[in-house]
Amino acid sequence: MKETKKTYWKGLEQLSNDPEFVKNADREFPELPSTLSEDGNASRRDFLKLMGFSLAAASLAACEAPVRKAIPYVNKPVDINPSIPNYYASTFASGGNYASIVVKTREGRPIKIDGNELSPINKGKVNAIVEASVLSLYDKERLTGPYLGGQKTDWSSLDAEVKSKLAAAGSVKVVANTILSPTTEKALQQFSDAFGAEVIMYDPLSNYGIAKASETYYGQAVVPSYFFDKAKTIVSFGADFLGSWISPIEFAGQYAKTRKISKENPVMSRHFQFESNLSLTGANADYRTPIKASQSGLAVLALYNMIASKAGASTVSAPAVEVAHLEKAANELWANRGASLVVSGSNDPNVQTVVHAINELLGNNGSTVDFGSPVNFRKGNDAEMNQFVTDLNAGRIGAVVFYNCNPVYDHPRGAEIAEGIGKARFSVATNMTMDETSSLVQAIAPDHHYLESWNDFEPKPGHFSLSQPTISPLFDTRQAQDSFLVWAGDNTSYYDFLQQSWESSLFTQIETGGEFQEFWDQSLYNGVLAIERESAVVSPVGDVAAAASAVARTYSADNSGAELVVYTKVAIGNGTFANNPWLQETPDPISKATWDNYLTVSQKWATENGVAMVEENTRKATINVNGKQLTVPVLIQPGQAEGTFGLALGYGRTKAGRVGNGVGVNAYELLDASAGFVNFDITSGVTVEVTADTYKIARTQTHQTFMGRENVIQEATLAEYKQDASAGRYKPEIYKEGEFVKPSKISLWKGHQYSQHHWGLAIDMNSCIGCSACSVACQVENNVAVVGKQEVLNRREMAWIRIDRYYSSDAAADDLDGLEKASENPEVTFQPMMCQQCNNAPCETVCPVAATTHSSEGLNQMTYNRCIGTRYCANNCPYKVRRFNWFKYHDNSQFAGVNVAQNDDLGKMVLNPDVTVRARGVMEKCSMCVQRIQAGKLEAKREKRKVKDGDINVACAVACPTDALVFGDMNDPESRISKLLKIEENTTSALKEVNEERAYHVLEEINVSPNVWYFTKIRNKDKNEA
Amino acid sequence: MLSKRSLVGVPLKFHTLALLFLLFLGGQAFAVDPAVSDSEEAIAAGKTVFNANCKQCHKLDQKAVGPALRGITDRRSPDWAKSFIKNSQAVIASGDDYANALYAEYNNLMMPSHEFLSDADLDNLLSYIEYGDKVDPAAAAAATAGAAGGEGAGGGIPTEYLTIIVVVLVIVLLLILIVLGLIISILTKYVNKQDLDEDDKEFISQKFQLGKVLKSDAFVIIVTALVVALVAKTAIDGLYSVGVQQGYAPTQPIAYSHALHAGTLEIECQYCHTGVEIGKSANIPSANICMNCHMHVQNVQGQEGVSPEIQKIYDAIDNNQPIEWVRVHNLPDLAYFNHSQHVKVGGIECQTCHGPIQEMEVVYQYSSLTMGWCIDCHRQTEIAAGGNEYYDKLVQLHADSKDALKVKDIGGLECAKCHY
Repeated sequence: MKETKKTYWKGLEQLSNDPEFVKNADREFPELPSTLSEDGNASRRDFLKLMGFSLAAASLAACEAPVRKAIPYVNKPVDINPSIPNYYASTFASGGNYASIVVKTREGRPIKIDGNELSPINKGKVNAIVEASVLSLYDKERLTGPYLGGQKTDWSSLDAEVKSKLAAAGSVKVVANTILSPTTEKALQQFSDAFGAEVIMYDPLSNYGIAKASETYYGQAVVPSYFFDKAKTIVSFGADFLGSWISPIEFAGQYAKTRKISKENPVMSRHFQFESNLSLTGANADYRTPIKASQSGLAVLALYNMIASKAGASTVSAPAVEVAHLEKAANELWANRGASLVVSGSNDPNVQTVVHAINELLGNNGSTVDFGSPVNFRKGNDAEMNQFVTDLNAGRIGAVVFYNCNPVYDHPRGAEIAEGIGKARFSVATNMTMDETSSLVQAIAPDHHYLESWNDFEPKPGHFSLSQPTISPLFDTRQAQDSFLVWAGDNTSYYDFLQQSWESSLFTQIETGGEFQEFWDQSLYNGVLAIERESAVVSPVGDVAAAASAVARTYSADNSGAELVVYTKVAIGNGTFANNPWLQETPDPISKATWDNYLTVSQKWATENGVAMVEENTRKATINVNGKQLTVPVLIQPGQAEGTFGLALGYGRTKAGRVGNGVGVNAYELLDASAGFVNFDITSGVTVEVTADTYKIARTQTHQTFMGRENVIQEATLAEYKQDASAGRYKPEIYKEGEFVKPSKISLWKGHQYSQHHWGLAIDMNSCIGCSACSVACQVENNVAVVGKQEVLNRREMAWIRIDRYYSSDAAADDLDGLEKASENPEVTFQPMMCQQCNNAPCETVCPVAATTHSSEGLNQMTYNRCIGTRYCANNCPYKVRRFNWFKYHDNSQFAGVNVAQNDDLGKMVLNPDVTVRARGVMEKCSMCVQRIQAGKLEAKREKRKVKDGDINVACAVACPTDALVFGDMNDPESRISKLLKIEENTTSALKEVNEERAYHVLEEINVSPNVWYFTKIRNKDKNEA
Repeated sequence: MLSKRSLVGVPLKFHTLALLFLLFLGGQAFAVDPAVSDSEEAIAAGKTVFNANCKQCHKLDQKAVGPALRGITDRRSPDWAKSFIKNSQAVIASGDDYANALYAEYNNLMMPSHEFLSDADLDNLLSYIEYGDKVDPAAAAAATAGAAGGEGAGGGIPTEYLTIIVVVLVIVLLLILIVLGLIISILTKYVNKQDLDEDDKEFISQKFQLGKVLKSDAFVIIVTALVVALVAKTAIDGLYSVGVQQGYAPTQPIAYSHALHAGTLEIECQYCHTGVEIGKSANIPSANICMNCHMHVQNVQGQEGVSPEIQKIYDAIDNNQPIEWVRVHNLPDLAYFNHSQHVKVGGIECQTCHGPIQEMEVVYQYSSLTMGWCIDCHRQTEIAAGGNEYYDKLVQLHADSKDALKVKDIGGLECAKCHY
């Protein structure tokens, strides 16, 4: 039984037992009109019409089938065989996000992106944005050719015009996001030499503060490498390093290493988070303290003083601030000095200087944070960009070239840039779409999509990677680097330029002695290349005193005004990919909201202002920030620091395309860059007023509930786990013939025999950080439809894998005060939930047409062409993981605006040809990537061997940056999953004796015997407290 | 073939026999020649090389695109043969008379070079050419006869006999009817001569009343039931055949004959359908595969000029316009089918599903390709588990069973084997 009095809740309405919630929770399917037009009941006439139509359709179907063509190549390329996928190593990089990837192509079309396991940075892992980026290749709103003065033109006239205008322009500026490519920089150098141009880099999600602080403190303007895997104590002040901060895929992998525990090695890091919004990282912290943004600088100073006094260094004067757990954090940091890490999400260089000083005092420089091997991810310089905007508006700039960036949208001074572009004599953009910036320039030379391009990258010194085209250019576009070279008067193609660059620089350094071609081919095949670089020891040259006094001045311990903390969501990111419906429909891991941004507010504020949120219904509020005003819906967010508000970036696009336009509001407008850096924490001049307008936010959080059954989440603290490895486990027992036995000992069923394979999935809730990479990967792999905001509101989202987010707290929530207390700072647990592939599957027994049946390998099969849509199976599913196709989502104009992958001719190119696109009226669910299982088995059979562990893997597990999901054959004693679950006996029975103490079945008591196992969540807390 | 030319038939026949005899002797003679090994391994290895590289144009004992090969080591030295195989143009260019004569005889058709073949490959190849797949004429005749007989026995009663039997049976039945009628009339006459009471008379003079029968309930019910059953059967059959295109034989853009290529010339199916052992689809060959042979072969044998059908391939290549073949076998999208599973893993012959493709002038859909058809085969087909480690555990677990391990026993009837 449960040992604590914790209550688990998915949303505040569940906690408060709102009658509306209870009503919906009791229903399997919401009662909603089943037609889109909502025009009442079907009449007798409709029935006759339908009958007539079906008769006509049946007789038509009886006619001769249409002639179908089979068109082979004229000259078949050697590498391309229809139906056999090819894989190419490449690289994703956008706005400072980086991942070395492997692109799966079918019949010459890229259809899926996985991580490149050879990469030392992202180690074969990806995140939601990288996964989804393949769809943007097939965006029919991409520019199809060059534009001059708003008219389509050809490349030669564009080049002539650009060359002559640039030559006559005088001062030429190139504006770009962080450029990770050394060869692109060379090409830009040629361009700069030809026109006397200057390159200005900025990042929408700026980390300029860190670089600036490094310059002050270490004398080098660099962003250091961080090694979370080496840290035993992690303290983060608002840095969302698992979601959006600098290099989240890399950090998530490192972090997860410190969270994997076993009985033999019960060691894990302890993570303190001090933040205003409940971030993804904060949700994973062991100790989270909500603090105001205005206090964060002082909290950092206080920590500095605590550490300094332990280290015997001089302390600085700072106003006192009361922050829970800070002292404890300081003690543990000191105890683990050299193996601890302090990070801050602030972009204020002064705060970052103090953070650098803390790490220096702790001896972390060189171990967990390394300034000797800095990263190139965020090289943007806010000060230069600021100067550029000022110059542009003053008419001091002759010509401006926007290299794949969109500052009109994603820079705080976007409006000024929009105004200033006209003041330059000439303006060019290489953007792929007609976005907020490119629609204002005189000439557009659209770049290829990255999957059509050649390029190289150097994310960290000595770490190189290449990108290569995986498809011929779809449109009459040209790689931007080619454009720069042509304009500079160099007619070398960028591909040759790239090879020459590698031959002259890297090939000479590597000293293999072979042919260059061999070296090039090998590098291209691997996708990555590492060259050993000396890591210099960097010592402080600056002083912390100046920064500390600046921090003491700017921050205050008791700001009574409202504060706005602007954050980034894991799926939408900085908004570049806002036109990607896969990302728009991915629920935010914390709020579970799709298709919107909103003002996150605390329960206390909501109570005071009379805002109550029931399910999706909420009110709008007006936020006023130093004269700039936006009207946004309000979302009550447990864990939101009192007096603060959160608003996500990446929304409010006006020219993203039909999917992204008008979704949410643009929070970049509220940011302030006047202090020399882009400030994401606005601590003064903020007012928020509730309006009378109501609004609906499409949240998935309370959909598909477990009907109030407890023990879905099982957790313990590390101390408890050390004493008893099965701590926190709920072990139901059932009375049978005089004794209490495990539920699995009583069954109506004879039990299946799995003679060859027994597929299973083990999910470690301790490693799952909730990042949603798995759900996007599943969407891509399995052709899962996007349904749009209205249908999500109707509770009809189609995701096969959802990440259930549970809050827990031990406060009672019987009144508003209790509710406030419970939602002040709840613990968070993430639980990925997909079809559990039950051995005693309740869905199978109720299907009247045997459309869902059991396989001899432990899979619960769903046969779409047999399904008649009774939905009995979904009714009977205790896990609520079955999805019904309420509409025909493909080839349907009503969904063309959101479900682009199944409606556009171009979008359909991304579909996985091995998976059926489901029709209206059938049920669907996770198939455990049966197409991959079948393909893996076939390969083994062709090679006359057994299936090796790792040959077959499901899409979600491949994508997972923290390895929280492990898939494999439980009949194979050597497989990773058998070892994880400690299955010792070798049996063909469906019921395996699992000896791992942490492993449990969700809802074990009903004995449906799932093939998906969960591992208890272990928190590194001293005692069980929320 | 020979009977058509009765005048020259005799000498020709004699000539052929003599040649075969000579070849036989030659074979015997070369058996002691150490240059060409007659070991089983060499012949087997040579066959692989032959099938992979030569079979498209050459046969052992007959002229095809190129000359018949058997006896080449008799006609020329093995070394000559090897250098010719490796690079025929070099031998021709060297002024070799025999090579030039051959070149002229076959309309200056260039044989592709085979520089990639190793010496060992070539030795094995020559062994196969010399000793491999020998057809003893008598044995061949016997085999043909045996095959014909086997067909008769295996297939039960042939259709033509069936018709005759039915006709005969009908005639017999009619005769019986007539005889019975005669017997009835004779008996009636006989009975009428007797003294009978009223009842019996009434019984005998009873007339057959058609109208009454037609109006009887039983008749109406039976007829209605029959009609309903017939209509229902037709409707159900009709519905079951919706979308079934068995026998579908669309006209193709090029009058390509499988009977010629796969039948007469015996080109391996996999030579053109390259995907059949590696992937889901067998692949319609791209035009460049056609050009491997049609670079040289421009017409059916013995005809002058470029065949208009072959010209279409050249046009496709010249204009870079793919040939738009009409798809014959159309599985619905909801069914997943993989050729390599069946051909490479299962070892199923192409003809099992595609029928006598080597006899088809125009390809037609031989099988119904319905789910019932798939499932029936999965019920009956044994797993080709031999030598395949993947199946070891399944075979071991199945060892106790009396029946062989069939596809159905390892999940071959499960939905998600084909539907996902």
